[in-house]
Order: sequence, then C-alpha cells, then structure tokens
Amino acid sequence: MKILICMSNVPDTTTKVRFKDGNTVFDTTGVQWIINPWDELALTRALQLKEEPGSGIEKVTVITVGLADVEPTIRKALAIGADDAIRVNSQATDAYDVARQIAEAIRSEGYDLIMCGIESSDYNNSMVGGMISEFLDIPSVSSVSSVTVENGRFKVKREIDGGKETLSVTAPFVAIVQKGIALEPRIPSMRGIMMARTKPLKVVEPVAPEVLVEHIRYELPPAKAKCRMVAEDNVRELVQLLHTEAKII
Amino acid sequence: MSVLVYTENWDGKFKKLSYELVSYAHAIAGMLDTETVAVSVGDVSDTELTALGKYGASRVLSVQDARLSQLVNQAYASVLYQAAIRENAQVVVMANNFTGKAVAPRLSVKLKAGVGAGVAGLPLSVEPFTIHKKAFNGKAFATIVIKSPVRILTLLQNSFGVKETGGVAAIEEFLPDLAEHDFRTSVEEVSKITGKILLTDAEVVVSGGRGMKGPENWAPLEELARVLGAATACSRPVSDEGWRPHEEHTGQTGKIIAPNLYMAFGISGAIQHLAGVSSSKCIVAINKDPDAPIFEAADYGIVGDAMKVLPEMIAAVREMKGE
Ligand SMILES: Cc1cc2nc3c(=O)[nH]c(=O)nc-3n(C[C@H](O)[C@H](O)[C@H](O)COP(=O)(O)OP(=O)(O)OC[C@H]3O[C@@H](n4cnc5c(N)ncnc54)[C@H](O)[C@@H]3O)c2cc1C
Ligand SMILES: Nc1ncnc2c1ncn2[C@@H]1O[C@H](COP(=O)(O)O)[C@@H](O)[C@H]1O
Repeated sequence: MKILICMSNVPDTTTKVRFKDGNTVFDTTGVQWIINPWDELALTRALQLKEEPGSGIEKVTVITVGLADVEPTIRKALAIGADDAIRVNSQATDAYDVARQIAEAIRSEGYDLIMCGIESSDYNNSMVGGMISEFLDIPSVSSVSSVTVENGRFKVKREIDGGKETLSVTAPFVAIVQKGIALEPRIPSMRGIMMARTKPLKVVEPVAPEVLVEHIRYELPPAKAKCRMVAEDNVRELVQLLHTEAKII
Repeated sequence: MSVLVYTENWDGKFKKLSYELVSYAHAIAGMLDTETVAVSVGDVSDTELTALGKYGASRVLSVQDARLSQLVNQAYASVLYQAAIRENAQVVVMANNFTGKAVAPRLSVKLKAGVGAGVAGLPLSVEPFTIHKKAFNGKAFATIVIKSPVRILTLLQNSFGVKETGGVAAIEEFLPDLAEHDFRTSVEEVSKITGKILLTDAEVVVSGGRGMKGPENWAPLEELARVLGAATACSRPVSDEGWRPHEEHTGQTGKIIAPNLYMAFGISGAIQHLAGVSSSKCIVAINKDPDAPIFEAADYGIVGDAMKVLPEMIAAVREMKGE
C-alpha cells in the first residue's frame, strides 16, 4: 500500500505578518518557510505506519503544489523520511485549484491513503483535503486524531461536535488529520539529510488553472486598546467591570 | 433563487448556533433579495423545524434517511448538493465546525462553488461577491472575491449573533437520491462527551496554563467555571502533560474558539495560543509576570498569583449573582 501526504509550505508560526503593494500581497521578506505543522504530523504518522511490521505500507510520497522556491521544504520532508516527492509546478492561490491539481497529478497513481492537514496556517481554509476526495470520488474522514491499519483495513478515530467516533474505512480514502495523529513531529537525522539529496523529486506541469476564490486585500487586525489593569487585592472590582462595563457576566 | 442554510441538530434539537446560521443566511438573502431555505437531516420535531422561521427561514427541507444518522461526508454533501440544485441556491451557509469542515469542501466540488471558509461578517458586496475572512491564524484578515455563481460560506460560531425576525417556516419533506456508493465509511464506536458545556459552544471560557502548576490545582478553576456557567480550557503544555483532557486544548494546534469572555489563568500568551482565542470578545488575564505577552492581547488584567485570585474571583461572582 502507498500513502500520499499533501504538504503545504507555510510561513513559520511565529512570523510577524506584513503585507506590501497596498496590502494586496503577503510580504515574504525574511520569512522562514516550514512544513505546515499538521502535514508534518501526518508525515510522521505515515512513516510510523510504514515501519510497523506487517502494516503492508511500502511507500510514503509527499506532494506540494508550488513553484520551485518550495523545494527546500520538500527536501526537508524527504530528509524526515518520505520516499519520494512530487511538485506540481503552479503557484498555490485557491483551495479548489490546489485540490484539483493534486487530484489530476495522482489520479492514476493508486494511493491507498491520502493524508491532508486540517488547516494550512496561511489561508486557514480547511478545504483542500475534502476537495481532493470529491475530485477523486473516494471517501473522506475529517478531524482525524488517529489512523491505524489492521489486516489491510484502516481504522480511524475522528472528533465530532461533542464526542469521538471510531470508523472503519476501505481504501482508498482521504484522512484530514488534526491533533493527536502523532505526538511530536519527527525531525530529520543527519543521514536523512544526506539521503534526501538523491531521493526522487518529480516535477509535473499543472492542468489549466481554475480559480474560484481570489484574495484581493489583507488587513491587520485593529490595534487592541490597552489592557486595563486591576490590583491583585481588588478582584471584586474586576468582576464588577466585567458586569457593568464589558457587560459579559 | 435562494440562500440555503444547513441546520445541524443534536439529538433532535437545534441550538443557538443553528439560529445564528439561519439569521446569517437570512441577512444575506436580504442582500440578494431572495428567500432563506433551511435543510435539516434526521429526526427533528415539527415544532423545532417551524421555529427556524423565527430567524428568517421561509421553508425547511426535512430529510429523513436512517443511513444519515452518522455523519458520512460524501452522503451529506450529496444531500446538500441536491437541495442546492432544487432550490437554485446562490449561496449555501454552513457552520465552520467539524461538520462544516467535513462537508463544505465536497459540496464545493460538486457545485463548483468557491468557499469563503471561516467568515465572520456579511459580504461587503454581492456583486462581485466580496467577503472578509480570517487568515494567517488570526494574525490578519483577507478580503476575498468568490467568482463562481454559487458560493459556500462557513460561518465562525458566535460571530454574527442570533437575530429574530418573527415568522413560521413551512416544512417540506425532501427525499434526496442516495446511492450505496455514498456510504463507504461506517462508525463502529461512539463516545460522547456528556454533562459538560462544550468548549466550542461556550460563551464564557475559563482556561489554565502551566502557571497553574499541576492538575491538583484545577478545582478552583472548575468551580469558577461552574459559577459562571463556563466551559474549561487549557494551553497545549497542560494537555500534553496530561493535566487536562486533550479536548480542552486551545490554540493553533487545538480548538479555535471565540467566546464572549475568555479568562486565562497562568497562561503566558504565546502566539500559537493566541491563534486559538484572539477572536474572543473580551480577554481577561491573570498572570504573575507583568511582562507576559498575554497582557498585550487582554482587555482586563491582574498581575498576581492565580491561586490567590481564583478563590476571590469565585466569591465575587457568587456575591454578584446573589448565590
Ligand atoms: C507549532 C506549534 C504549535 C503550538 N500550538 C499551541 C497551541 O495550539 N496552544 C498552545 O497553548 N500552545 C501551543 N504551542 C506552544 C506555545 O508556543 C507555548 O509554549 C504555550 O502556549 C505555553 O503554555 P503556557 O502559557 O501554559 O505555559 P508557559 O509559557 O510556561 O507560561 C506559564 C505562565 O504562567 C505564569 N505563572 C506562573 N505561575 C503563576 C501563578 N502562580 N499565577 C499566575 N501566573 C503564573 C508565568 O508568568 C507564565 O507567563 C505551540 C507551539 C508550536 C511550536
Ligand atoms: N499548496 C499545497 N500543496 C499541497 N497540499 C496542500 C497545499 N495547500 C494545502 N494543502 C493541504 O491541505 C491541507 C489544508 O489546507 P487548507 O485547505 O489550505 O487549510 C494542508 O494541511 C495540506 O495537507
């Protein structure tokens, strides 16, 4: 069996977000790029599954839709342990287009499990994974916190509003993963970094783009008013303020 | 033409979120000069269904199919797709919750409809269809244009509010055509969280961080939550350490919430934590370090020891509520 990890290249989580060209473009000056944290955990889980004796998983591939400048991030995924990688040579702007590009690039490759993160930390859409499943007409399970494999069948746990469920799913399917899928992301070893240089990275050309959503402008949130400080020995005053001034309790 | 809104139910009951979604859909229907049609799946009483009219739905399509008692993403997307076609929907509104995130992307592909995911307010214009959404984990907002003739919006809970317009919704049975092919996942085991206010529903949230020092110190925090009718939450290290259950973890890698009031005890306010709570209407911080970054995000603050402040806070709230 084969696992595909959809990987988004995102600014480091502590990046100070700035925009340029009249707030129409994200300013990438000085930005450190990382594997979207969820995708890093998905990759970690996929590698764990592959190492499990008898899991039947032979290969873990990562795919990214992006231009050549995302390749360092792809190499990092290879260094962590992915066997090979695909880059669809297109600027990722719209979730629908990204999902379509991925679906078209892998339609005939026969992946049994496709893993996506629940959300990319730049566009915060929570969309790409579910869209890929629909383009491929295969099942999807979202908010997945655990994936295991037994006798060639996948068991997944997902969170729903107010509870958790265990599901049994027949491959191929898409798992959209969240917290719990793996505890700590795996980090590249020295040997992994050496090996990553020679692992296959296939570049495929995109199908004609179909963009449904355009980002036309960005704004920073309005500056917050100064925090109103209350003395430690005057907790009652704070409760009064919340009642009379903020009117929330 | 119509604005379609999916109203999820919990054991046959709607909750505030459902009414908020209908109110929101109705406001958009007003901008488009069209009607609001709700879709409900499962066993919901007629009284509950007609009550959606109070918030602006003129009709409710009621879908009964035993196979839909579990959330099967593909089947649910198919139901909403058929409803959208039947009602000639220009906009489909859903919640930005687990269900919305599971179903909206599949529906988007079926309808070839662009998605505004995690929107917080009404469109700035409907021609072109322009709307604000959260981006970069709450560090910015993006203005997006959805270019497709049909659009899907997933609304952030608690961001629009419930607006009563008065009215009664007509109930229509709706029998979508579902194939075996739509049901390829099956739930084998369910564990429900009961008797607790859900973090994602709560209007008030009381949260603790590593500054609480250990799980044994959570009793006063839970007591404060009880007197306030609040849910409890925590920072990531707290759930990683196993001091609190994982469901309580808020932040970029946990739950993203927007209650009216978020009270942080012993939380430093790291950027990844704030990513999950910064949309709260009011943030109160109690931290012994006057330079803790949480005070930059907070509206009210006390520099002090959480262990000392908590009992006094409980007493003061009790007194205010006349308990
Ligand atoms: C990729 C990534 C994702 C992450 N995602 C999340 C996330 O989703 N959610 C999250 O929370 N974190 C997340 N983190 C971790 C985050 O960076 C912080 O490490 C974490 O939020 C700190 O938790 P804390 O505030 O409880 O602990 P600390 O940073 O240790 O802060 C404890 C605070 O308590 C105060 N304190 C100590 N004693 C007392 C006392 N007696 N009374 C009052 N105050 C006291 C201290 O002054 C301090 O400010 C993530 C990190 C990374 C790298
Ligand atoms: N450009 C991309 N290339 C490959 N996968 C992506 C890309 N963008 C998003 N994804 C995947 O989709 C998930 C959710 O992203 P989003 O829908 O943008 O919130 C991510 O965690 C990735 O798994």
